Amino acid sequence: MPFNRKDLLGLQDLDKKEIQTIIDSVKPFKSLFTRSIKKAPALVGKTVVNLFYEPSTRTRTSFEIAAKRLSADVVNIATATSSIVKGESLIDTGKTLEAMKADIIIIRHSLAGSPEILAKNLNASIINAGDGFHEHPTQGLLDLYTIYEKKKKIEGLKILLVGDILHSRVAKSNIWALTKMGAKLRVAGPPTLIPKNITDLGVEVFYDLDEAIKGVDVVNILRIQMERQQENLFPSVHEYVELYQVTSERLANAKPDVLIMHPGPMNRGIEISSSVADSTSAVINEQVTNGIAVRMAVLYLLAAARTKQGKKHVNTN
Amino acid sequence: MSIQIKNIRIIDPLTKTDKIGDIFIEKGKIVSKLSQVPSKVIDGKNKIAVPGLIDIHSHLREPGQEEKETIATGTRSACKGGITTVFCMPNTKPVTDNAPSVEYILMKSQKEGKVNVFPIGCITKNSPGEELAEIGILKKAGIVAVSDDGLPVNNSQIMRRALEYTKMFSIPVIAHCEDKELSKNGVMNAGKNSMILGLRGIPNQSEEIMVARDIMLSELTAGHLHIAHVSTAGSVELVRQAKKKGLSVTCETCPHYFSLTDDAVKTYDTNYKMNPPLRRQEDVDAIKEGLADGTIDCIATDHAPHTFEDKNKEFDLAPFGIIGFETLLSLVLNELVDKKVLSLQDAIAKMTINPAKIFSLKQRGTLSVGSIADITIIDTEYNYEYKKEDILSKSKNSPFIGRKFKGGAVITIVGGKIAWSKKDGIIN
Amino acid sequence: MADINKKIILDSKHIQLSITKLAKDILSKNIDISEIAIVGIQTRGVYLAKRLLKELLSIKKIDIEIPFGILDITLYRDDLGEMGADIPTIKDTNIPFDINAKNIILVDDVLYTGRTIRCALDVLKDYGRPKSIQLAVLIDRGYRELPIQANFVGLSYYTKEQVCVELTEVDGQDVAYCCD
Repeated sequence: MPFNRKDLLGLQDLDKKEIQTIIDSVKPFKSLFTRSIKKAPALVGKTVVNLFYEPSTRTRTSFEIAAKRLSADVVNIATATSSIVKGESLIDTGKTLEAMKADIIIIRHSLAGSPEILAKNLNASIINAGDGFHEHPTQGLLDLYTIYEKKKKIEGLKILLVGDILHSRVAKSNIWALTKMGAKLRVAGPPTLIPKNITDLGVEVFYDLDEAIKGVDVVNILRIQMERQQENLFPSVHEYVELYQVTSERLANAKPDVLIMHPGPMNRGIEISSSVADSTSAVINEQVTNGIAVRMAVLYLLAAARTKQGKKHVNTN
Repeated sequence: MSIQIKNIRIIDPLTKTDKIGDIFIEKGKIVSKLSQVPSKVIDGKNKIAVPGLIDIHSHLREPGQEEKETIATGTRSACKGGITTVFCMPNTKPVTDNAPSVEYILMKSQKEGKVNVFPIGCITKNSPGEELAEIGILKKAGIVAVSDDGLPVNNSQIMRRALEYTKMFSIPVIAHCEDKELSKNGVMNAGKNSMILGLRGIPNQSEEIMVARDIMLSELTAGHLHIAHVSTAGSVELVRQAKKKGLSVTCETCPHYFSLTDDAVKTYDTNYKMNPPLRRQEDVDAIKEGLADGTIDCIATDHAPHTFEDKNKEFDLAPFGIIGFETLLSLVLNELVDKKVLSLQDAIAKMTINPAKIFSLKQRGTLSVGSIADITIIDTEYNYEYKKEDILSKSKNSPFIGRKFKGGAVITIVGGKIAWSKKDGIIN
Repeated sequence: MADINKKIILDSKHIQLSITKLAKDILSKNIDISEIAIVGIQTRGVYLAKRLLKELLSIKKIDIEIPFGILDITLYRDDLGEMGADIPTIKDTNIPFDINAKNIILVDDVLYTGRTIRCALDVLKDYGRPKSIQLAVLIDRGYRELPIQANFVGLSYYTKEQVCVELTEVDGQDVAYCCD
């Protein structure tokens, strides 16, 4: 199996084989969910730490459940009540956790490059759960898997990302994963929210959502953050809804079996209409379920890659 | 002490000299012959003598930030780099906006400095401020220029007044050109790399808008504008046009702007974080062209030391700046001379006679008889690796650690005395 | 094609005979076949289990359905950290019936140290509490590292050399041989 990394910091550096390996590993984990005992002992005795500098319930809970279903011991560090607030540097916090023999540290941080700092300075395996505007690799992988599960392939699919691409780490990870696997990516949003250089990544840019949505197989809708209005990136929520809300009427021009995705949490009535959110095309809840299975696969593969040097698998029947 | 440097290739940009000969030094000056037997003879075979390098942009951090660097450690580092004169920027703690601060720096340099130190004073009181500093008093105390480096002078009227006022002292206003609203929260060049890395970018235009403004103010006032650390193609072109018009505008660039691009930031290594940031290949090419056609007058280091703790952080949080004294000459040799961008003569001019002329440094920047004996002896065949443990600066924040260089200073003579040699290190 | 130099333990004919023998042994020890279920261990144990099931049904000419499942032990291995880049692919586990109160017949191709079977027992434990678990293997090559035994053995062939089983469904031919 060609997945031999100490950390998962982003999807930019993964090659097609590695991504395929991760995707192929997901199904057995998902099949555990339908048993009454949803656990396997693969990570028993391992310590997994959720180090979340940014508040998050979904992603943190998803990682926590994933780790627990692999029988790992999970520790959650909530920054508001920890020594992090007392001004301890990121590296020192990481070293403290390493001294406590944490095996895997999952970090979410508002500054890009933070997981890289931990990965360089610690022996523990580091998983990036979102660093600033850089990447959110497990989200990219679970979005990829969800599409793969439904469409049975990625190659040649027309996939549209709508919203604040400029500030979206989810968009970046999606673009890396999906373009590597052969999809055709489009982004739609106002010019102020789409980075100029995004075309260098092989992505087509649209400012007109109706044009963008024509004939697409998947629409992945990104959350719009209200703070961006203060930065004059769009004039008002009202205008944003007018131009960019994904509605059932707009979707009529997409493929009839179009998938609607959203990383959550949704602003119903803003970037996505309620009827679209609740329609049969929406696989938003599947994304959540798949998220746990994908994170289990990632945890498993990283834990397995943390090897003693040179020990090969011996056939022991 | 008297020194004879025998049989050395002499390069003197002022007179365009390039010949093999001897140099005689007596009582701190270059003389045509010695009145006595020399106390030291240096064998100049296969070496090159140039006027001592003048670095017009550096941060010595004293007073106030001595954990990063002091005048003592900074000048030792400069000396090892073949630099015999440094200008130090006024953004110390407190800032150099008053005479006692200027005198302190001069006193410290006399006592502990290994090379000549000339202080730069502030443009505004309490830099950055809203009132002109007492530039006349500062000039009397010994400054060679004014600058609010680190920050731009936002208020156009203040910049205008500064350019007007300094005319009577014949000193340039050194401008740090940056539109702080455009560069807000930016930590690297705005472009493909900043997008991929998820870091906020500083667009070229942030520098160019202020370069254009300051050039226009220089035109309005006829004051002497010197633009610090030019990094973009657009800035080079603006200066080119200003010179064509005959305006009193000069400028400098730094070695990193012709040696690295923003591709280097890929790993979030803060040793690639400085302001202005590393730019694109097009900008690097334009800087080289600007050096070749004379648009860019000087090469300076912008030596900006920071402690390991300062820099060992998330990219967004680390301060801007890299050290530069000890890599200046080698980078000029390898990136410009060896790559045929500049002849050796022209490259050396950017660090000797050009700064001396622009900043009215008498008897410096040349090897003419009668000038102060500040001399840099270079060996262009000297292969070495720039290692962290060899750095004399107190701080080690350089992106060039581990790089192999060919050519560098081997002896540095300051005021007629050998201050450093490759063989013996700093000589006390 | 098996190398002529490799020692063949069972050829195609004898593999089939062994399966028939296993089926007869299972039936003789499990009078009430309504309680048995077959579970094959990935990968070749699954194909053997399928053949065994077919054999059982044809001998007895039963018309009841014998429940069938497949299981993969990879997630239950105790040597996760030792595998490095050679992590085996996790295959499907599918036990679509209630294992409580059933007599499970676990099926595998080669029984050696016993560790695979120990993992399989852990997997089954997380599915419920069967009435009994019996083990049927094609070849028992001895050299146990754990106190595990097979109830039904096609061939006992104690050897320190590695034993390889090839099956038509996977490898294009039926043969068992020593491979070193």
